[in-house]
Amino acid sequence: MSRTEKGAKFPAGARSPRSTSGRHVSRGINRTRLKGLIRKEMYQIIRDPSSIGIAFVLPVILLLIFGYGVSLDAKHVPVAVVIDKPSREVSDFISGFRQSAYFRPVIMNNIKEAEHAVMTREVDGIIWFRSNFGRQMFLEGNAPVEVILNGVDANKARITQGYITGVWIKWLERYALEKGVRLRMPATVKHRIWFNASVRSRNYLVPGLIAIIMTLIGAMLTSMVIAREWERGTMEALIVTPVSMKEIIIGKVVPYFFLGMSGMVLSVLMAVWIFHVPLRGSILALTAGSALFMLTAIFMGLLISTAAGSQFVAGQIAIVITFLPAFILSGFVFDIGSMPVPIQWLTHIVPARYFVSMLQTIFLAGNIWPIFITNCLWLMGMGAFFMMVIKKKSRKRLE
Amino acid sequence: MNHEEGNNARNESLAMKKSGLCMTIEGVTKDFISGKRTVRALDNFSASVKKGIVTGLIGPDGAGKTTLMRIAAGLLVPDSGHVSILGMDSTTDFLAVQSSIGYMPQRFGLYEDLTVQENLDLYADLHDIPASKRQARYDELMNMTGLAPFTSRLAGRLSGGMKQKLGLACSLMNVPELLILDEPTVGVDPVSRRELWEIVYRQVRDENMSVLLSTAYLDEAERCQEVILIHEGIFLGQDSPEVFSRSLAGNSFMLTPDEGQKRRLQEELSHTDGVVDAIILGSKVRLVTEEPVDAHEVERRFCKNTGFRAESVPPRFEDAFIKLLRDRLKDRGEIQDSTPVSRTPVEGNPDEEVINVRNLVRKFGDFYAVRGISFSVRHGEIFGLLGANGAGKSTTFRMLCGLLPASGGHLMVAGKDLRTAGAEARANVGYMAQKFSLYPELTVVQNLKFFSSAYGLEGKYRKERIRWALDSFQLEPLKDVRSADLPLGYKQRLALAAALMHEPPILFLDEPTSGVDPLARREFWRHINALAQAGVTVMVTTHFMEEAEYCDRMVIMAQGEILAQGTPEELKARFRTDKNPNPTMEDTFIALIEKHEAEKDRGGH
Amino acid sequence: MIKKIFALMIKEFIAILTNRKSRMVLVIPPIAQLIVFGYAASFDLNNVPYAVYNEDPGQASRELLARFEGSRAFKLVRTLDSDGDIAPVINLKEALIVLHIGPKFSENIRRNQPAELQVILDGRNSNTALIALNYVHSIVMDFNQAWSARHEGHVPPARLVVRSWFNRTLNSHWFIITGIVALLTLVVTIEITAMSVAKEREGGTFDQLLVTPMTPLEILIGKSLPGFIIGTLEATFIMFMIVAWFHIPLRGSILAMYVGLSAFLLSAIGIGLMISAMSVTQQQGLMGAFLFLVPSVILSGFATPIENMPEAVQAITYLNPLRYFLIIVRSIFMEGASFSLLWPQYWPMALIGILSLATAGIMFRRRMY
Repeated sequence: MSRTEKGAKFPAGARSPRSTSGRHVSRGINRTRLKGLIRKEMYQIIRDPSSIGIAFVLPVILLLIFGYGVSLDAKHVPVAVVIDKPSREVSDFISGFRQSAYFRPVIMNNIKEAEHAVMTREVDGIIWFRSNFGRQMFLEGNAPVEVILNGVDANKARITQGYITGVWIKWLERYALEKGVRLRMPATVKHRIWFNASVRSRNYLVPGLIAIIMTLIGAMLTSMVIAREWERGTMEALIVTPVSMKEIIIGKVVPYFFLGMSGMVLSVLMAVWIFHVPLRGSILALTAGSALFMLTAIFMGLLISTAAGSQFVAGQIAIVITFLPAFILSGFVFDIGSMPVPIQWLTHIVPARYFVSMLQTIFLAGNIWPIFITNCLWLMGMGAFFMMVIKKKSRKRLE
Repeated sequence: MNHEEGNNARNESLAMKKSGLCMTIEGVTKDFISGKRTVRALDNFSASVKKGIVTGLIGPDGAGKTTLMRIAAGLLVPDSGHVSILGMDSTTDFLAVQSSIGYMPQRFGLYEDLTVQENLDLYADLHDIPASKRQARYDELMNMTGLAPFTSRLAGRLSGGMKQKLGLACSLMNVPELLILDEPTVGVDPVSRRELWEIVYRQVRDENMSVLLSTAYLDEAERCQEVILIHEGIFLGQDSPEVFSRSLAGNSFMLTPDEGQKRRLQEELSHTDGVVDAIILGSKVRLVTEEPVDAHEVERRFCKNTGFRAESVPPRFEDAFIKLLRDRLKDRGEIQDSTPVSRTPVEGNPDEEVINVRNLVRKFGDFYAVRGISFSVRHGEIFGLLGANGAGKSTTFRMLCGLLPASGGHLMVAGKDLRTAGAEARANVGYMAQKFSLYPELTVVQNLKFFSSAYGLEGKYRKERIRWALDSFQLEPLKDVRSADLPLGYKQRLALAAALMHEPPILFLDEPTSGVDPLARREFWRHINALAQAGVTVMVTTHFMEEAEYCDRMVIMAQGEILAQGTPEELKARFRTDKNPNPTMEDTFIALIEKHEAEKDRGGH
Repeated sequence: MIKKIFALMIKEFIAILTNRKSRMVLVIPPIAQLIVFGYAASFDLNNVPYAVYNEDPGQASRELLARFEGSRAFKLVRTLDSDGDIAPVINLKEALIVLHIGPKFSENIRRNQPAELQVILDGRNSNTALIALNYVHSIVMDFNQAWSARHEGHVPPARLVVRSWFNRTLNSHWFIITGIVALLTLVVTIEITAMSVAKEREGGTFDQLLVTPMTPLEILIGKSLPGFIIGTLEATFIMFMIVAWFHIPLRGSILAMYVGLSAFLLSAIGIGLMISAMSVTQQQGLMGAFLFLVPSVILSGFATPIENMPEAVQAITYLNPLRYFLIIVRSIFMEGASFSLLWPQYWPMALIGILSLATAGIMFRRRMY
């Protein structure tokens, strides 16, 4: 049978559903249409590896890279130890370094060798006991232990300096106990670091990372998929049907919201199980906050896609305006309070800022409602603003 | 909508019914800003579409067809003027318009990762068709389009023609009163094209639907009951196609030149006063004159240097369209009597096989794009590779150019396999890629400079060739325009110029005329004819069946196989019947495909 | 051969520079990023908000607290009256630190008994907390020294004399800003090259190019040179800004810097072209560039030290050209390092560059479908 003949079996009497086919025009939301749109989007998500990739694979990869790659906990810092004239006190001092997990002391023969090791980055610093150290210690006290640090990485140098001071103070205490003297140490510092007593940088980096990754994913998913509809011409076919723009937007937001939230769940599970970050706040607060943030990020993505004509441009914009700002200006690693005031203002328009603060609090400090609510309000404000702009910008037009 | 407005609309709609119009376009103007320039897509355009017939919107690419249809569907807002559909204004009342029309954009937005059924469901949902009526409608549409066996297949896996039919089915979901189709047959193979037309006719017949359909294929105009002609955004005329062609009754002739003289004859005729159009059709030349004359006078008056016999033939719609376009250009003083490109003759023996392909195979994974094809091209021939999209012609082409390794078989171009031969071997070949691939940011002259250097031209010779290109293709006035801003016809010229910079003895052309208007296409073929005349071997792919007539010999491909090869006459002669004594290339193609399918079915049992 | 390469290079330049958008991409983001990074990305703290709960009426505590008030690093936000106030102040992030001085602080000091200053820190960002704690320590140490000098007693047997080389004030801006030279140069170069082949593929011109008698090597060189030249100019501009605007000393040899830059650009271009040659559309090129850039910035030592990473991750960083160039830039800027010291950084980049360029060249012809 030829293809044309197949068409001939047209039931001649079958009248079409023309009269009942919803000729009425409604500007509200029609449930059938919305259901159809959401179902369509779901099928597409399931069948399109790229949206699954962005929602699930990207967070896993990024969390692994960041989680393992970004750490500010210096351990086993290699330091050169130069002892011009060995003595019992010096060995005792050095043993303090040997016992500390923070250091890996390397004994060097002379200061020249140690200096060279600093230049070639074999060691990060030098601890130098000059030949008159022992004599001065007994005669006058206050004998200088010279510490030379490589200041190129100032943050690391400062942390190392703190560790060295700690070793020194311990040594002094030991020394005093042994000799039975009371040292002149007027004030001592006793510190308690709340929420993260063991000072694991991962505990705060991982929640921050989740915020950054979710910004990227929320914005990228939506901006790319809408741009894709324009690019493939499906949008043109869609908008000439009686569907309203509201329905199209809700039809996009709902499925990608759930997709993004699944990515979020995955990230939280990884944080707790792989990176052992304590989760002290309530799951409910975490869910509510994440949902709010996800909506804001998706609205941002929608806005990007309205501005960008193609997937290519949308992807580019999404990466530029979400990733770097979220990384630098969200307070994720760099303290916002220490930035110049104009830049502090700038951070207020970075949605990730609020999510970082919210997540770090919920994970490490627990339910601190005033903080939670303030951040939620900011997010709501931003989300509402984005929504308004989208509403104003998106019309059922090609221009 | 308040009561009074509703009444008004109803009154207007009544008025329309009386007048028998379903769409009126009044003084529509639309500008687009592209870069620094403003492009006028529609210029004070007025026309109307009658109820219950198929109206064709005919014009070349870039004429403003799509813009007009988008305005009608409420997707664009005109700068001035308005479009009224079934009594509703398509700008202010677009939601109402959109629920009464069916609209199929150029590349119908099928969701390729949804199945046929899921696509149907989506559009049924969007039109809010009650569940009780759905199944009947689905069955109806699937039977009509012949897609019933494929409902669970992903739309992306359908062939081009099937996709187009599914798109049509989706836009017919709510049985619209007016169906707007934007170039529904572009890139579709002739068999599917015929089926699409069947469906459209059926809607008009059974549902009393009105159809507005745009196309750049001039032969399709004759299938419409009425046509609206558009060129550069301007209304050129509206009437039934017969009225247009009738105006040229007695002006059309088929000339049979002496053996081997067809190109010379056509070239000479093109220069002659009083000639509207002269094109090669196989071994013959079709002539359209300014004034009606009889066949004997044609033999006496035109072209004294070349011998031929003339016989009168009925006019075609295309003849009238070409005349209209020419007259327009002439009025504006833009018609240039150009000479085709000059080329130093290429030495060679006419029997020498310049391109030789034996048992060529190309696999992509499990899929055979090319299944063991063989053919050869002789010196100075224009050789065509014909087939629908996806027939394997581009794959074959890319293998010949050395852009793609073959999976099996043997191929030679000028005695070498370009894939393995040294870079110098490629200097023998000129290549014009699909879509006129030029560097969009570079100006005309920068493009020419770049390509001449890339082909290794130097010094004085390079300067001469750039000058030659600017002169022969009338690019001089546009030489500092960025190629992205060139009109399509000029892009085509520039692309050809770039491919000819190094005077290659072999020329590869991949879909060289797609999208350009009929005049530009004619000019292009004049250049190609001149090159072939000088002994250049030309290999060309096309999905325009009519263009096959320019070829000396050709192969017709489908599904990676060669269905037939030979001269256009030989191929057409195979399907000459009493019912159809003069089959067109398209008839031939359809017959070949049907025969092939029948053989395959038999083989399957 | 040279003329063909030159023509291709000129064409690439025109393509990059005539488009206003792509011109902007080369100028605006680097400047914006330089400013934002330069001012925002710093581990140094200032105006750390702190609260004081002082139960001690004595003079010693007042003297100690005066030192905090006088420090630019700290900013007093609240004075607390009871123990119960501490938790809310920290929880709500009003203060990062609470200094708690017990009732007997001054008395203990006078009587040469251990006197404790209790410091409570918000550990939600533990790095910030640690840095702040270090500041507290150094203020207390200064206080102790001053107090001891005035009041006699046993002197501790030893003291630390800390000097930091290359960056005397331990200003972490220096570390980040010098890193930006490498970071931005990488981003710009990858951006230019990762799209270049993909864009031509998409537009169909790459076929056109492959059909000309140009060899893959010529195409490779012609496509590399613009990235090389633009990358060099961009790096030079940023280095100039670093010296002129941020006043960071350039101590080492400029020649050594440019040798390093060349090797770095070679590797960046190679990787960019490789990404480009593997992708069919610009979109894929963009994703490829992103998927390369993010890990390579994180695993480079740009913001956080490589030594803190797990061993396996550290091993991966050896494949990252940014790792080597960061060391070169920082060593030359701050340490004034010499050629011979940097040799171990030069050759891996050159090797990565050559291998990736070769791969790109092969991919040009391979990946044609």
